[in-house]
Amino acid sequence: MMEGINAKYVSQKISKTRWRPVSSSSLQQPDIFATGSWDNEDNKISIWSIGENGISGVDDEFEGDPQLVCEHKHNGDVLDLQFLDQDRIVTASSTGAVIIFRHHHNSQTLSVSQLWERAHHYPCDNAPCTGIVCNSPEIVTVGEDGRIILFRADQEGVLRTIENADSSTIHDVTFLRTTEILTVNSIGQLKIWDFRQQGNEPSQILSLTGDRVPLHCVDRHPNQQHIVATGGQDGMLCIWDVRQGNMPFSLMEAHSAEMWEVHFHPSNPDHLFSCSEDGSLLHWETSSNSDTPSFLQGGRNTSIVSRSAIAPAGGNQSLISSWLTGDSCKGRLETTHMLPSQTLSVNSLDVLGQCLVCGTDGEAIYVNRRVPI
Amino acid sequence: MEEVDVEPTTTPIPGFDSNQKHLGFVWGPGDILVYETIYKASGGSAGGCPFVHEVRKDEDIYSPILRKLFNESHHIFVGLQRIREDLPSKNKKPQFVSISKNYRSVIRACMEELQQVAVSTQDAALATQYGNQVSILLAVELIWNLCEVLFIDAAPAGSLVLHLLDWVRLHKADVDEKAREVLASESPAEHQAYWDVVISYVLQGRMDEARQVLVKQAALQPAARVMFKLLDNLLMKMPIFNPGETQTLTEFDVKWRHWREEVDHCLQDQSFASNRHLEDICKILVGDEDVLLEYKELLSTWYHFLVTRLLFSHPTVKPTELHYYAQSSMHMFLDTRSVPEPLDSILLAAFEFDIHQVIKDCSIALNNWWFVGHLTDLLDHCKLLQSHNLHFGSNLREFLLLEYASGLFTHHSLWQLAVDYFDHCPEFGRVYLELQIERVPLDTERKALKVIRICEQRQMTEQVRSICKIMAKKALRNNRLGSALSWSIRAKDAAFATLISERFLQDYCAKGTFSDLDLIDNLGPAMLLSDRLTFLGKYREFHRLYGEKRFSDAAKLLLSLMTAKIAPHSFWMTLLTDALPLLEQKEVIFSADQTHELMFCLEELTSGKSVPTPDRPMQDEDIETTKIELLRLALARNLAMAIVKEGTVEV
Repeated sequence: MMEGINAKYVSQKISKTRWRPVSSSSLQQPDIFATGSWDNEDNKISIWSIGENGISGVDDEFEGDPQLVCEHKHNGDVLDLQFLDQDRIVTASSTGAVIIFRHHHNSQTLSVSQLWERAHHYPCDNAPCTGIVCNSPEIVTVGEDGRIILFRADQEGVLRTIENADSSTIHDVTFLRTTEILTVNSIGQLKIWDFRQQGNEPSQILSLTGDRVPLHCVDRHPNQQHIVATGGQDGMLCIWDVRQGNMPFSLMEAHSAEMWEVHFHPSNPDHLFSCSEDGSLLHWETSSNSDTPSFLQGGRNTSIVSRSAIAPAGGNQSLISSWLTGDSCKGRLETTHMLPSQTLSVNSLDVLGQCLVCGTDGEAIYVNRRVPI
Repeated sequence: MEEVDVEPTTTPIPGFDSNQKHLGFVWGPGDILVYETIYKASGGSAGGCPFVHEVRKDEDIYSPILRKLFNESHHIFVGLQRIREDLPSKNKKPQFVSISKNYRSVIRACMEELQQVAVSTQDAALATQYGNQVSILLAVELIWNLCEVLFIDAAPAGSLVLHLLDWVRLHKADVDEKAREVLASESPAEHQAYWDVVISYVLQGRMDEARQVLVKQAALQPAARVMFKLLDNLLMKMPIFNPGETQTLTEFDVKWRHWREEVDHCLQDQSFASNRHLEDICKILVGDEDVLLEYKELLSTWYHFLVTRLLFSHPTVKPTELHYYAQSSMHMFLDTRSVPEPLDSILLAAFEFDIHQVIKDCSIALNNWWFVGHLTDLLDHCKLLQSHNLHFGSNLREFLLLEYASGLFTHHSLWQLAVDYFDHCPEFGRVYLELQIERVPLDTERKALKVIRICEQRQMTEQVRSICKIMAKKALRNNRLGSALSWSIRAKDAAFATLISERFLQDYCAKGTFSDLDLIDNLGPAMLLSDRLTFLGKYREFHRLYGEKRFSDAAKLLLSLMTAKIAPHSFWMTLLTDALPLLEQKEVIFSADQTHELMFCLEELTSGKSVPTPDRPMQDEDIETTKIELLRLALARNLAMAIVKEGTVEV
């Protein structure tokens, strides 16, 4: 689990990391990932490789040390980064721009392929673009200006803008269906938008009753389109069923500070990963025998046990959250700390196959090639 | 003020001629802002240049490779602070030594990377700069290593020399390179550097390697076989102190003296007279200083000379005796004319166990506080620093860490590391952090969130409030009322929440509809943050109830808004006007009591407006009076109907 997870210091605070997608037919593990930096005078996006041609051998620690392949200057902080396809990367900038970079494989360089300069903006100031989701060739972006914009790669103009979709900042967006997206904002609401409808109103709004805690990240279950996980400022992980009203399906205490990203594992959705400002990266794993993972069983039969394989130095290990009723436990949810010790904020993570990559404010990248799933 | 030990460096400002104009300046946290004044050097004034120059002392934090040093050492620093205080010191020593080694390996890794880049770069100026950084890091690691040996590991007599030997070997790696070259050649024994290699090995106390190389020569000269065998024997038998064994220092000393006598005997016997090199080796083995000095080039540094001297003359030297040998070695080795370099005086101070002098000299010689800060912190944890207070109140460790962290804070990105350093400065750290954290520029919400989280974790409520206010103002300026509200909620800032509600209500009065309904409809408990916000939420609820045709509920709510004094007075007119359609309904909605209360409210409102003010236009007056009259009429009619309805008895 934690063997061979070493820090690679890269002299830039990493805001986003993403694996390059591998074709679903091949059984290969991913070997290329992209990172974006933030809070630098000159920000960059970089492409790294953990291919087998590194210093490999018996010693596991040196195998797969990420090597820089190429990089490119980026104007503004990289607030989100997604691979559009094998060659193109879309980034969201703090200047409000949305940029498509092309990775040229033969020359191993990056170049700007398309740029929408002030996609997100205020009348006079810049409004950062905060989130991107792609479904090639369509790109949906959201920003601090409360706009939702639909682009098409290779087309100059904007396909559609939903003006004033939100009076607060939209932090993240995900596709529910090909024509439906779900956004989360800083007053704790999930809004579903249907592109088939004209007009600027969401088709559904969900939120927690109680304190309106800003939500920072959202991810949809890979197989079941109505299940999403969200994480917010208080570090709580919520699982929602969007078909059912206003209550999340389960609420779990996860982190002691903002949760920045949450991801279902794309091929093994019984596994969930979350990372946070408090410097921890958690791996959630259900071990129920039933078909639906236990955190989808309405929380009645769930007890959460925290197990950290190497205790973080001085970190808080107990994540016990008591849950209702006296029904016998049919499923168990286990969480594991994936980083060896307390670090500065883990801003981003991505998981594909058996490989996990994450980036921190300590200017380090961690790669784990043997995630137990 | 103390005397300056070195000449201050002059930095020319581009485009500025100091003979022409006076220069003005102001200190910043890590730099100086410099500008050209209008005052001429010769008196009088003239137009000035519009540029302001920023002069930075510390270029290192902007170097991408050195940045890794700062990040990795931060990680080690934080880990060190977390070692528990209650463990007895003797258990902690291995931990401290291992932490010291961690720091050093980080320095080495950086050095190697810098070296690679220095070699591969095309730019000559850059190569020189990298080269300089490499040599500084080399010196830094050398000093740190020595401090680790002498202070942290605190090796006693016997092991001391062994540790010093390791230290010297680590910093004189060219011997192995030369050896490889020689051994790889066709005829190693005839290589011109052959004897250099052998003697270097002997000087470093690496007898086994020396013997291996000597064998090559022995093979070439079968006639001198006996001589070579004798030397080989002597080299093999040299006693080396083994701290693990049960042998005491005294026993070792006896053995060593015995061995030395044997070597001396061979010298007296002229056994090696025929081969100058072998004789030199023998003389080295007995610690002949003149011969050692002949090999100055191979030794290359006075501290190598010192350690070799100790190895062959005083292997049981005690730590307290070191300084005497160190001083004499330096004098013997260095030219009397040459001025000792800063590095030499630092090392000498270390041999004298004068920690404070070491730290002081390093502070002067290096251009940032990284090295002294971390080293002092580690030494402080080992309880090696006497806590004497400086004039400015805090102790030495804290002073250095504060200086280091303040320097970090000026960096646009590394400021986050500085926070942890401030945390571990008990006396002034918090104050420094409070002052600095407010000045971090906030371009995006995400950065503001991180800064606020840092403040919240340390209960710096003032700073949280001020940052939230800045972000809320910014949001408000861009008409992002939802964002502004979410910031006010975070700061629990009732005043600002009131401000935002006012904006909403103004918008409503102007446009007749609410903007941002998604926000107002879903306020939840946040509504209670401010009265005005509560009113806003409830008012919107009233409109919703009216829209759903739940008139009696709407009516009750409307009334409660006024009677419970949630609604601001200025809004009462609007509320009463909203009540009109309810009053005009065919069905009686307001009961008699409720109508009485409405009338009371109306009276309260109109009593304050008795005197018509001259500057209000006549039209407004008319509209006002008409409205009031309409209301009075509607209320009266409703009252009548209500009384009738309530008085009616169903038969």
